[in-house]
Amino acid sequence: MSNHVAHPYMANSVPALKQEMLDSIGVDSIEELFQQIPEGHRLQRPINLPPALNESELRRHLVSTLSKNKTCEQNLNFLGAGCWQHHVPAACDEVVRRNEWLTSVFGEPSSDHGRNQAWFEFCSQLGELLNMDLVGLPVRSWGCAAGHAIRMATRITGRNEVAVVRAIDPERLSIIRNYCEPVDMPSHIVVRLVDYDPATGLLDLDHLRASIGEQTAAVYFETPSYFGVIEQQGAEIAAIAHAAGAEVIVGVDPISLGVLAAPIDFGADIVVGTTQPLGVHMNCGGGVSGFIATRDEELYAHQYPTLFISIGETTKPGEYGFGLSLFEQSSYGLRDKGNDWTGHSVYMWAIANAVYMAMMGPQGFEDVGNVILQRAHYATKLLADIPGVRVTFPSGFFKEFVVNFDATGLSVKDINKRLLAFGIFGGKDLTQDFPELGASALYCVTEIHTQADLERLTAALKKVIAQ
Amino acid sequence: MSTTLKEYHAPVWSEPVILEMGYPGRRGVIFSDVEAEVQAAVGSADGLIPANMRRTRKPALPEMSEPEVLYHYLRLSQQTLGMMNISLFGTCTMKYNAQINEAMAWRPEITHVHPYQDEDTLQGALEVVHGMDTILRELSGMDQFIFQAGGGADAAYTNCAVTRAYHASRDELAQRDEIITTIQTHPSSAATAAAAGFKVITLMIEENGYPSLESLKAAVSNRTAALMVNNPDDMGVYNPEIREWVRVVHEAGGLCFYDHANFNGAMTKIRARELGFDACMFMLHKTFGAPKSGVGGPAVGAYGCSAELAPFLPAPVVAFDGERYSLDYDRPQSAGKIREFWGNVPVILKAYAWSRAMGAEGMAEASDISVLANNYMEKGLLAIRGVTRSHPEATSPRMEMTRYSLEQLKEDTGVDVHDVQNRMSDFGIDPMWSSHHPWLVPEPFTPEAGEMYGKEALDTWIAVLAHISDEAYSNPEIVKTSPHNQAIHRLKAAPLEDPLRWAMTWRSYLRKNSKKTA
Repeated sequence: MSNHVAHPYMANSVPALKQEMLDSIGVDSIEELFQQIPEGHRLQRPINLPPALNESELRRHLVSTLSKNKTCEQNLNFLGAGCWQHHVPAACDEVVRRNEWLTSVFGEPSSDHGRNQAWFEFCSQLGELLNMDLVGLPVRSWGCAAGHAIRMATRITGRNEVAVVRAIDPERLSIIRNYCEPVDMPSHIVVRLVDYDPATGLLDLDHLRASIGEQTAAVYFETPSYFGVIEQQGAEIAAIAHAAGAEVIVGVDPISLGVLAAPIDFGADIVVGTTQPLGVHMNCGGGVSGFIATRDEELYAHQYPTLFISIGETTKPGEYGFGLSLFEQSSYGLRDKGNDWTGHSVYMWAIANAVYMAMMGPQGFEDVGNVILQRAHYATKLLADIPGVRVTFPSGFFKEFVVNFDATGLSVKDINKRLLAFGIFGGKDLTQDFPELGASALYCVTEIHTQADLERLTAALKKVIAQ
Repeated sequence: MSTTLKEYHAPVWSEPVILEMGYPGRRGVIFSDVEAEVQAAVGSADGLIPANMRRTRKPALPEMSEPEVLYHYLRLSQQTLGMMNISLFGTCTMKYNAQINEAMAWRPEITHVHPYQDEDTLQGALEVVHGMDTILRELSGMDQFIFQAGGGADAAYTNCAVTRAYHASRDELAQRDEIITTIQTHPSSAATAAAAGFKVITLMIEENGYPSLESLKAAVSNRTAALMVNNPDDMGVYNPEIREWVRVVHEAGGLCFYDHANFNGAMTKIRARELGFDACMFMLHKTFGAPKSGVGGPAVGAYGCSAELAPFLPAPVVAFDGERYSLDYDRPQSAGKIREFWGNVPVILKAYAWSRAMGAEGMAEASDISVLANNYMEKGLLAIRGVTRSHPEATSPRMEMTRYSLEQLKEDTGVDVHDVQNRMSDFGIDPMWSSHHPWLVPEPFTPEAGEMYGKEALDTWIAVLAHISDEAYSNPEIVKTSPHNQAIHRLKAAPLEDPLRWAMTWRSYLRKNSKKTA
């Protein structure tokens, strides 16, 4: 310890302080305090890690490592598929980085007042977008939210099947299947995939009718769908599901709700989705989040796996307070008897979402929806004019659309590799997951894409295809 | 010890709910109209939406200027104590969340990156993930880590999914339908096992603080799929028979999962794989210095396992061929996805940065200090009237935290642990953690000193508890009616559980209180 230098993160790493504490306890060495761990359990050699770096060295190392990434700021990005590049107001970043809530844990409603209120305002504003009264604190992703919602529906109905639209993110479907358990498990939930109409991308209603029965707990579909298509048969789907006694679960992209109808208005019972578009960066996929919302009815409230924050009253008349509600029914309260499980999620993003929704207001959501619709449709018009390029579902979509390259003779992989040389990230390759769509990619256009950006994509694609 | 208590008062802003704020027509963000050529080519946005799918009534969101929104939320942040002074929240391992890590995580090379980009454009992010994988392998002896799980509970769920896939591959899943855990293992192990379809067997602890080997042997059979256990537990008790436990479960054909929630006191001292475990989990938002954000995340439960279990991991896994990093999605035996994409990359980056700033010696020292500080505190805390330590038979020094009880204090004064938690915040100290449910120890509390706080801070914490104990014996009302110096007064609990009065959204609140929406 002669050359010992105190570590900047550890106030008690000064040797004299350690000695003071040892003296106070009345032991000779720190080693004596580890007597619970039998010698035979102890690692018999030092751990071998790279040497510690000071802050200056660490910064240099990380900047150098991260510089190997290429960003969607330096390049023109058309990837979406569940992680979308929208404008994030700087105020969202400023607020969400505040140490007070970044470093907090659960205290009391009085000492966590501001954070609890911010979480309540997240739920409240999302409730306004959704027209729904009951919104839980976030879960980890859209897929997790869908999985939990399906499990809620099975508990509510006592049934064990779910009909899921086939035009769905394969990663999300994989999570749903995971939440529905393998066939070997006695509580397995049968997942029946419902086809989409190959001409429109909309749900195949006949196949839906054939896919549900008296064991169907829920029908799950999305609008906009994974292919970007606005599902306009929501009311018919809900009627078919409700007639069979099933719950209607709808997945939604909340940034569309300034211009598109809220799912409850066409019959949804449980609404799920992500809030990443609402003021959270893509973060290499680390910006995703999930939400679950319903009507404020006990039937639903008692099946949520999430924690809730309720507004309440304090001992001072007229003063607002915010606290956990229905904690006991969670896995924290009832362990294996609780609803699914809860734990760390993405609550910090809920604060960014709250700031975003407040800044947007009703008009902001309408405007951003309009801009996205117009720019995305403009993009399809430009792309469809390129020889060999076809837009698979050319109308009734929101911000994403399927582009088919069959007639170019090129694979999406080749096209995207070539686009990279133009500083363009082409759309998500669908070839493997949806072979019926041929050489297709899912393109995403948002409010950040200008006319010039879309023309740049078009010009690059023309060159790439002609190569 | 003579520690003078600082005078403190939280900011009181009496802040309205944001839906009560604003003025019609104000804007916080604006979007320009689309270009004239775009407008001409596609027409109005309205015409692009199927008629029955148009929104007819605007959402009742507030209409506010940018600074109004910003300052509202900054005032709310001020009304969050959030570790600004001292927070010794047991099991959460309160660590310094280094500013350099935040600065790095907010660079565009992380924020403005899409997980489906070409791997050639993601080499920096993949190198960081692989670097963290390498560090955790060395700390645990496991062969492969993944970071898909969005927290510790999610990693426990990952373990259940991997367990299912492993036994299914051996055609034993239908038979092996039981998971064994202990009452002192985090509730999420029991909960995720049940949600994954397993029957859960929970072993109770004995007088010495851990369940007996006999109780494990009685529970184990050819129906055992796995054991899910933490060690040490959150009372600071290390099970010295854990190696034997693993042997017993393995003999019966089950897998063993080590929840490293309480790794802080054991970093660099033990390795899960060498104790025989097949899989383990580290919480990067606890032990590895990434922030917890209100026990809310984003977080990462890093899940590691043996080479034998690796084929069953959720895809993708980050691979390195010595020159280039890649994402391996081609895993035919994979248990399937736990969460979209490949993890909370900013959190992985923060944990990687913390690990590089600490090095092996720094981690060893952090572990030493956290156990030293806990035992130092114990001496001061047990000198306080009304405070006792759980499980007196477990006489060895506890690890990085100790479970105490205020049962005596409550019996003597009527002041309970919840009152004391509230009163602590009057001194600018984050309320201490009690215990997970069920409370095995009456009126429990569990401070975890960790390695960040200096001795002065620990002395202050002890002095505050001593002061509150004095108050409880001399003037209990001041504790029972606390807090007095907080942002708000004490919240009434009953309405939050009453369906007629709870309101998880403002619109629900307005409806239940018969107020009209704006």
